[in-house]
Amino acid sequence: MILDGKAPTGKIQDSWDDHRFASLKLVNPANKRKYKVLVVGTGLAGASAAATLAELGYQVEAFCYQDSPRRAHSIAAQGGINAAKAYPNDGDSIYRLFYDTIKGGDFRAREADVWRLAQVSNNIIDQCVAQGVPFARDYAGYLDNRSFGGAQVSRTFYARGQTGQQLLLGAYSALSRQIGLGTVKMFPRTEMLDLVVVDGEAKAITVRDLVTGEVRTHVGDAVVLATGGYVNVFYLSTNAMGCSVTAIWKAHKKGAYLANPCYTQIHPTCIPQAGDYQSKLTLMSESLRNDGRIWVPKKKEDCGKAPGDIPEADRDYYLERKYPSYGNLAPRDIASRAAKEQCDEGRGVGPGGRGVYLDFSASIERLGEGTIRERYGNLFEMYERITDENAYKRPMRIYPAPHYSMGGLWVDYNLQSNIPGLFVLGEANFSVHGANRLGASALMQGLADGYFVIPYTIANYLAQTKPGKVTADDPECRKSIADVQAERKQLLGINGKKTVSEFMREVGVLMWNNVGMARSQQSLTDTLQKLPGIREEFWQNVKVSGSGDELNQQLENAGRTADFIEFAELLCRDALHREESCGGHFRVEHQYPDGEAMRDDANFTYSAAWQWKGTGQTPELHKEPLKFDNVHLAVRSYK
Amino acid sequence: MRLLSDSIGRKVVMAITGLLMVLFVVGHLLGNLSIFAGPNGINAYAEKLHGLPQVVWATRVVMLTAVALHIVLSIRLTLENRAAKPTAYAVDRRLRVTFAGKNMIWTGLLLGGFIAFHLLHFTVRSVPGLDIVQGLDGHGRFDVFSMVVAAFGHVVTAVVYVVAMAALFLHLSHGIQSTFQSLGLNNAKTMPGFLKFGSVLSVIFLLGYGSIPVAIFFGLIAK
Amino acid sequence: MSATEHGTMNLKLIVWRQSGPDKPGRFETYDAKNITPHHSFLEMLDVVNEDLIKAGKDPIAFDHDCREGICGACSAVVNGVPHGGQERTTLCQLHMRKFKDGDAIYLEPWRARAFPILRDLIVDRTALDRLVQAAGFVSCHTGGVADGNAILIGKPEADYAMDAAECIGCGACVAACPNGAAMLFAGAKVAQLAELPQGQVEAPQRVAAMVKAMSDNDFGNCTNHYECEGACPKGVKVKFIARLNREFTKALFQETLGTISTNRGTSKE
Repeated sequence: MILDGKAPTGKIQDSWDDHRFASLKLVNPANKRKYKVLVVGTGLAGASAAATLAELGYQVEAFCYQDSPRRAHSIAAQGGINAAKAYPNDGDSIYRLFYDTIKGGDFRAREADVWRLAQVSNNIIDQCVAQGVPFARDYAGYLDNRSFGGAQVSRTFYARGQTGQQLLLGAYSALSRQIGLGTVKMFPRTEMLDLVVVDGEAKAITVRDLVTGEVRTHVGDAVVLATGGYVNVFYLSTNAMGCSVTAIWKAHKKGAYLANPCYTQIHPTCIPQAGDYQSKLTLMSESLRNDGRIWVPKKKEDCGKAPGDIPEADRDYYLERKYPSYGNLAPRDIASRAAKEQCDEGRGVGPGGRGVYLDFSASIERLGEGTIRERYGNLFEMYERITDENAYKRPMRIYPAPHYSMGGLWVDYNLQSNIPGLFVLGEANFSVHGANRLGASALMQGLADGYFVIPYTIANYLAQTKPGKVTADDPECRKSIADVQAERKQLLGINGKKTVSEFMREVGVLMWNNVGMARSQQSLTDTLQKLPGIREEFWQNVKVSGSGDELNQQLENAGRTADFIEFAELLCRDALHREESCGGHFRVEHQYPDGEAMRDDANFTYSAAWQWKGTGQTPELHKEPLKFDNVHLAVRSYK
Repeated sequence: MRLLSDSIGRKVVMAITGLLMVLFVVGHLLGNLSIFAGPNGINAYAEKLHGLPQVVWATRVVMLTAVALHIVLSIRLTLENRAAKPTAYAVDRRLRVTFAGKNMIWTGLLLGGFIAFHLLHFTVRSVPGLDIVQGLDGHGRFDVFSMVVAAFGHVVTAVVYVVAMAALFLHLSHGIQSTFQSLGLNNAKTMPGFLKFGSVLSVIFLLGYGSIPVAIFFGLIAK
Repeated sequence: MSATEHGTMNLKLIVWRQSGPDKPGRFETYDAKNITPHHSFLEMLDVVNEDLIKAGKDPIAFDHDCREGICGACSAVVNGVPHGGQERTTLCQLHMRKFKDGDAIYLEPWRARAFPILRDLIVDRTALDRLVQAAGFVSCHTGGVADGNAILIGKPEADYAMDAAECIGCGACVAACPNGAAMLFAGAKVAQLAELPQGQVEAPQRVAAMVKAMSDNDFGNCTNHYECEGACPKGVKVKFIARLNREFTKALFQETLGTISTNRGTSKE
C-alpha cells in the first residue's frame, strides 16, 4: 500500500500556516472539557503536550514509568537545542535550519514536517525563557549560542552541559502547574502495556501500576504516545535503563505502522565498556573532538602498552589521515564507523580492545591545561569518576555507542498514526530526522511536537469525534486487561533457568555486533535466523521471581525484554530490505570505494512503514514516497 | 502567610529572639567584666544601672518575652522535626552536622534552666539552700562584688556557672551563624564571615563569662 | 593504573529489606562476590541481584534509571550517607574502587516521614513533586510569550539561576537532613525563579505556597545544619536556603504592610 503523509502542498513557507487555517478544525472552548486525552510519557514531548492540552481545557491523564515525570530521559541531553533565531547574525534562517535538517537526515524525511519544525523552533526558545529556563547568556544579557555538528552557523542554545535537563524541568514545571490546578491527572510509576483500539480508533490504554501491580484500563478520546526511543535493543546504550520499545511495540501490534526502525544513531564519543557486568554506556559531549586528536597504535602489539610509551611515529591518527579536511570533526556516523573498523582490525585499546584514544596532549601543550580545563573540566571530571583515569595526563579512551533512534511509529503530518486517535510525538515517532539526526535537534523536535504541533492537530481529530464514545466496560477494554494479565501470568509461571538480563544481554550483543554500526546481508540474515530461537527460548526458559501483585522490577524488565526480542526482528528486516546506505543505516555492500555511504535514491526515496502480521510472520511493508521540491538530493561529502 | 505558624516564619522569630539575646549577652558581659576592676567597678556599674529603672524593666520585659518565644518555638520545632524523621539510620555518619548543632535543644534547655537559676541567684537573690551574701559596700552601694566573690568561692556554684557557659558557647557557636542564615542574610560571600563571626563571638563569651567564676575560684579576684 | 586494577573484591552487604509500604522491614546480609573496582555501585547491586534471582530469592529493589547522574532516580543511603558520600556524585556514579575487599556496607532507603518506603530501597518521593505543583513554576501560557531576548538577563544572574537549577530532585537533601526538611530542594527552586525576571512577578506567592506545601507534605523544619549541602550530588548550596528565607521574610513583610497579597485570587490592600 502507498501511504499518504497528508503533507500540505503549495509553497513550503506557508504550508503550516495554511494548514492550520484551512485544514485543521477547532474544538470550541466549552466543548474541550468534554474530551479526555491520554498522554503516555512525560519527557520533553509528553510533558509539553500534556501541559499545553490541559491549559487549553482538555481533560488530560498523563503516565510515566518513572517515579516522577521530571526523570524522563530527555533529562540526559547535554549539548543544546537548535533554533533559527539567527541572533549571531551569521546567516541563519528558518530555511537554512530546514535545509540542514533535511540534508543531515540524508534526505529521508518529509519536507513539510521539517519545515514546520524549523519554523516553530524560535517559539520554543521564547517559551522556555518565559518558563525560567536558565539558558546561557553573554555579559550584555543576551542569549548565547554555540555551533554544533552538521551546521555552519551558531544556532544552538544551551544551559551549561545540562540543556535537556533544564528544558525538561521547564516542561515539567508547566505540567506540574496543571497537575496542581487539577487539569492533569498524573500517574507516575505506571507503565503502558497495551493500546485499546475500538472500531478502528485508539480509545484507551491498559497500564500496570508498578507499585501495586494493578492492571487497569484508562479510557479517553485520543491517545498520545511520547515514549521515546528503542536503542536499548542493543542492550548497552546511552539510554536510561527503563527506556524500552514496549509502548510503541504494543501499539504496533494493535495495528500502528512502525517506520524506518533501521535508522539508529551511534554516537562516537562515549566511554568504552569496561567489562561484561556493565549496564550502560555514558556519552560525553561531542565538543571534545574540537581539541582532542583521535588515534590508535599502528602496530597491534602496541595496544597493551601505556599510550605514553608509544612513539609518535607508531600512532595512526586515522581520521586525520582519511578525512584530511574534516579530520577529527568528521560527522558522527563516519567517526563511529572508523573507530569500529580500527578495533575490528585489532588495533583497539583498553578492555576487550574496544576503544580508541582521544588525546588532548597537543592541545594542552598549545593552549595550556587551564584552557582545556575551562572548556571541558566537567567532562574530564565525569571521565575520571567512571574510569579512574586522569585525561589531562593520559589520553581518554572512547568508543561509539547507540543513543538515538530516528525510526518510530509512522505518523502523518498531523502526527497521527495510521490508527485514528493515536498520536505519536518526539523520538517515538519516525518523522523529522530522516535517516540521521543532527546534534541539538532532538530537544527541538520534542518540544515542537508537544507545545506547538499537537495542540492544533489533535483538535482536528477530536472535533470530528464524539466525546466519551468508549467506556471502561467495553469488551475491547476488558479483553485488553485480560491479555495483559495473561502475559504477566505467563512470564511469572515459566520459572526457567535464565534471568531476564541474560536474555537482554544475549539479544543486545547479537544486535550490536550484527546490526549495530555496520550491517551486511550476511549479518542481517544470520541475526534473523537466530532471533526466533531466542524468542522461543525466552518464553520457555526465563526466570522471573516474585508475584504480579507487587512492585516487581524483574517482571517489568521481562515484559520489556520480550518486546525488544520481537522488535529486533523487525529492525533487522527493515535493515535487510533497505538495500542502500543512508545516515545511521550503513550497509557494507553499499559504499563508495572510499568507504562513504552510498544512497540509492532511485529505489529507496521512501519511508518504510511496517504492519504487524503476527508473531513469526513476515510484516507487511507500506511505502510512503518522499518528494523533494525545495531541496535537491545530493551526496553528503566530508572529505 | 503567618509569622508564628509558617515554618520559616518561626525560624525568623527564633533568629530575631536569638539575636536579641545575643545582644543582651554582649551588654551583660561588658557589665560583668567590671568585676575585674574590683568592688568599685562592678558596684558602681550596678548602682548606675539600677538608677535607670525604665531601662532595666524594659529590657527585662523584652528579654523574658524573647526567651519565652524562643523556648516555646524551639520545643515545637524539635517535636515536629523528630516526627518528620522518625527513623534513624543504622550507621550514624554525618558530613556537616556539628555536636553543637545536633544538641541545640539540650544546650538550650540547660541554658533556660540556668537563666532561671541565675535570676534567682543574683537578681531575686533567694535560692533555697544557698547562702547569698548581701550587704552594702563602703560607699553605701549594694555590694555586688562581695556577693559574687562569695558565691563563686563554692566549688559547686562555680562549676554550675562554668558548665552553663560551656553550654552557652555550644549553643551560640551554632546559633549565631544560624540567625544570619534564617534571616536570609547569607550568600556565598557573607556566609564564611558569619560562620567565623559566630565562632569568635561564642569563644569570647566562653572566655569572658567563664573567666569570672574561674578567676574567683582560684583566688585571682578576692577581697 | 591502580594496584587493584585486576583484583576483585568480596563485600558484605547489610541491606534493608521491606516487602511493601506498610510491611515490617529488617536488615539482611548478602555477599557481593568478585566485584571489580570498575563496577559502579549499582552494577555491584546488579551482580548481587542476579545471584539472588538464581538462588530463587527476591532481588533487592532499588530505584535507578539514567545511570549517568542526571535523572535523580537512584537513591540509597550507604553507610549512613545518601549516595555514599563521594562529593558531587550520585549513587550510580559511585564506583567500587572507593571500597576495599572485605568491607561491610549498610544499605538503607531514604528515611523521612515525607518519603514512605515502597519496597526495599525504593521510597515514594512524590512529595517533592507536590512542592513543585504548589508553585514551583512560572505561570506562563504556551505561546504568546515575549522574544527570548526581549528581557535581558545578566550573565551573573543567569549563572546563579543555573547553579540553583542543577538540582536533580533526588531527595538526598531530605534524606540527609536530621529533620527531614526539604529546604534545599525548595530553596533551589525559589531562588532560581526569584533570580530571573520572568519568575519575579510571582515570587511572593510562590514562596508562600511552597513553604506551606512543605508543612502540608510532612517535611520538617530547617535548623541550619547544612547536612543537605554535604549530601547533594549536584553541589547545590545552602545559600539558596538563605535566599528562600529572604524571599519569605520579604513577602511576609510586604504582605503585612498590605503592598502585596500572597493569596492567589485576592487583590492587594
